[in-house]
Amino acid sequence: MLNVTGIQVFYDNIHAIKDVSFHVDEGEIVTLIGANGAGKSTILKTISGLIRPAAGKIEFLGHSIVNLSPHKIVRKRLAHCPEGRRLFLQMNVRENLQMGAYSREDVDMEAELAAVYERFPILDERRNQRAGSLSGGEQQMLAMGRAMMAKPLLLMLDEPSMGLAPILVEQIFDLIVELNDAGTTILLVEQNAEMALSIADRGYVLETGSVVTTGNCADLLNDERLKKAYLGG
Amino acid sequence: MDFLSYFISGISLGSIYAIIALGYTMVYGIAKMLNFAHGDVIMVGGYMSFMATTNFGWPPLLSVLFAMVVCTVLGILIEQLAYKPLRAAPSLAVLITAIGVSYFLQNAALLIWSANPKSFSSIVPFDSLRLFGGKLIISGTTIVTIIVCIVIISALNTIVNKTKVGKAMRAVSEDKDAAQLMGVSVNKTISITFAIGSALAAIAGVLLCSAYPILMPTTGAMPGIKAFTAAVFGGIGSIPGAFLGGILLGIIEILGKAYVSTQLSDAIVFAVLIIILLVKPTGLLGKKVLVKV
Ligand SMILES: Nc1ncnc2c1ncn2[C@@H]1O[C@H](COP(=O)(O)OP(=O)(O)OP(=O)(O)O)[C@@H](O)[C@H]1O
Ligand SMILES: [Mg+2]
Repeated sequence: MLNVTGIQVFYDNIHAIKDVSFHVDEGEIVTLIGANGAGKSTILKTISGLIRPAAGKIEFLGHSIVNLSPHKIVRKRLAHCPEGRRLFLQMNVRENLQMGAYSREDVDMEAELAAVYERFPILDERRNQRAGSLSGGEQQMLAMGRAMMAKPLLLMLDEPSMGLAPILVEQIFDLIVELNDAGTTILLVEQNAEMALSIADRGYVLETGSVVTTGNCADLLNDERLKKAYLGG
Repeated sequence: MDFLSYFISGISLGSIYAIIALGYTMVYGIAKMLNFAHGDVIMVGGYMSFMATTNFGWPPLLSVLFAMVVCTVLGILIEQLAYKPLRAAPSLAVLITAIGVSYFLQNAALLIWSANPKSFSSIVPFDSLRLFGGKLIISGTTIVTIIVCIVIISALNTIVNKTKVGKAMRAVSEDKDAAQLMGVSVNKTISITFAIGSALAAIAGVLLCSAYPILMPTTGAMPGIKAFTAAVFGGIGSIPGAFLGGILLGIIEILGKAYVSTQLSDAIVFAVLIIILLVKPTGLLGKKVLVKV
């Protein structure tokens, strides 16, 4: 479904991504894990078109998307829920959800909002409140709801568990599995490697801009070197 | 009764500032740049309406529409040719370019229409309103200006809050990257903003020349600066702020002229601005962004 081949990304003269290749097949959950600054967010931004790679190929559903603007890429049903949520804090909850469906045509807005509100009743209660006034956990639910409104074929999530209480982390991961069961392919970036590997099919481990290990999650979870570096022993 | 009359003139002048300030503030909010050529688009609007009525003999309303169409196209062209190539450039480069565009427009006008002032006749055909047995006279232009300003602000409010285009504008103004990830085309949104701002500048130009009937290539410069001040005064980037800032500025200017000194009225306006900014650096209705982790 998504094929990334040999991408190179620079920030001025910082070589952030060095010849990274990976792929995501339809129906999978694939995770990219790695320490701070490994280049995980940069890879997602490159796929969604926010950053142009200096070299390499990116294909989605068999078509190159490498020189397309972000707003054209999301119309191909490839959504990116960015790090730090990036909600529109001045808009209310409902407007944020509506923005999620911006890239789609012929949306039955009321029905889709109802589906999100059913999933997150707290968002229904707060629908006329500004997103900026929500708690961190509520904001994350809103970010997930906004991503659901895009009805993507492939959803890229950048650290959806960041800064959340364990119970909320659990809830978010459950939702990811549920979305996947309902047919959404997932590319998940996480620092919480153990959680990510526990729900994903395959994983790629990044270190300073390169893929150092890849494999099935079961194997990665048992990898001695990984255990030391990312899984707390 | 004098006071009331000055006060109403102030609201009317302030309405013109507000309409101009809306253009400044919307462009700033969305493209994060100060379009110093905005004032000169007003002047172009004035000349277009003047030409339409004087040279082509068109009715007033049609001349306003003509000015709006020309200014809209001009605004989009300025953005495409001068500012778009600088999207990634430092803001100082953009600012200097904007000043360059401003001088370009003034000099082009000088070339086309010469420096001789044209005397503009008000496009408002209504008679003055006489109240309190003729003690309070309000001109038709004053009334129309205030009504037009109210209509514009309500229309803009609806566009920005209720339509898809308006939501896209607010999204870009708050977080350009996030807006793109939702599917918003930033370039298209910026073009639309310039188009709206320039159409408003045309209306402001016609109203300004109707109230102060001397049209020259530099006609837009001072009102442009004042309206920019109004936008900062109200909180740059805020639409209600531009409205409030414009109206207040007009009132302060006229009352200052009437009761303090004609020569010092501009100084008073800017002194008030400085005081407001010292007390509230974001302007009267400037936004404080809430961030939560
Ligand atoms: N806008 C930028 N300008 C310059 N360098 C950047 C920029 N963004 C990221 N970098 C650098 O690129 C490298 C990769 O950053 P990136 O944000 O992709 O890492 P990450 O794996 O997502 O880290 P984290 O877990 O902290 O989110 C880092 O060395 C970072 O300092
Ligand atoms: Mg990151």
